[in-house]
Amino acid sequence: MTTCQLDALDRHIINELQGGFPVCDRPFAAAAERLGLGEDDLIARLARLVDEGALSRFGPLYNAERLGGAVTLCALSAPDERFDAVAEQVNGHREVAHNYARGHELNMWFVIAAETPDAIGEVIARIEAETGLTVYDFPKEEEFFIGLKVDV
Amino acid sequence: MMAPERPIDDLDRRLIAETQGGLPLVAQPYAALAERLGTSAGEVQQRLQRLLDTGVIRRIGVVPNHYALGLSANGMTVWDVADAAVARLGAEVGALDFVSHCYRRPRHLPVWPYNLFAMAHGRDRAEVEEKAQRIAGLLGEHCRGHDILYSTRLLKKTGLRIAA
Repeated sequence: MTTCQLDALDRHIINELQGGFPVCDRPFAAAAERLGLGEDDLIARLARLVDEGALSRFGPLYNAERLGGAVTLCALSAPDERFDAVAEQVNGHREVAHNYARGHELNMWFVIAAETPDAIGEVIARIEAETGLTVYDFPKEEEFFIGLKVDV
Repeated sequence: MMAPERPIDDLDRRLIAETQGGLPLVAQPYAALAERLGTSAGEVQQRLQRLLDTGVIRRIGVVPNHYALGLSANGMTVWDVADAAVARLGAEVGALDFVSHCYRRPRHLPVWPYNLFAMAHGRDRAEVEEKAQRIAGLLGEHCRGHDILYSTRLLKKTGLRIAA
């Protein structure tokens, strides 16, 4: 993927607007004032940054667990010769939200988000049955911080 | 964080379904949502504020795409930290400005000895390694080993999917 070209104001927006977007009648006007630009300019820049892919989206970031759902991180060790086939089997489950190949003996790491904790166990069991591989479950036991502090 | 005072109702679910892919990029986004949902802008704002207050919404703002921003080295740093010290040290690691996520997770011995996971992003691996050294310095003698797992490929990424 090519890196997006950002100007100083784009970077300022990305650094300063990672949270705290106001809930009021004209939130872009309020946020724009804080950032030192106009309402229309902020909206146009955000639309462009989303279009160009610099932003995945602009809006609320939900905490799935607070919605009564459950989330876990899982890993497995996929043999090289069928890595892509295993990725397809894993990704085929709609509960699999992210999946990354990583350089380690456990070479596939994915997040399962489901409506209930029981459903997580069922997805893991199905993936194990389909792939014939052991899925290691790494549920979060304590969260020390979450929030993006990307500095561009 | 407090537990939600009352469970998510049907309108909340529809509001979440409408906004999980992003807010409308118009001057009055909450009024635009209200129109789609058949309710008032005030109701939408009140509900979003409540979801923020109860932690259902972590934050509202830009969701950066690290890869597109050139932060293409994404290192999951993992640490074997003494159980007695992990709560205190985890909080310190999580507070570092370059750590985006930090969790205590179970070990799976003998395959996996690590119980502290901290995600670090950088422009290249050297930058991630430099950050890992800072974490190592902070953990000191309480750390018995560590590794850095770089993502080599993004295989799937979708946002939260809730059915309306």
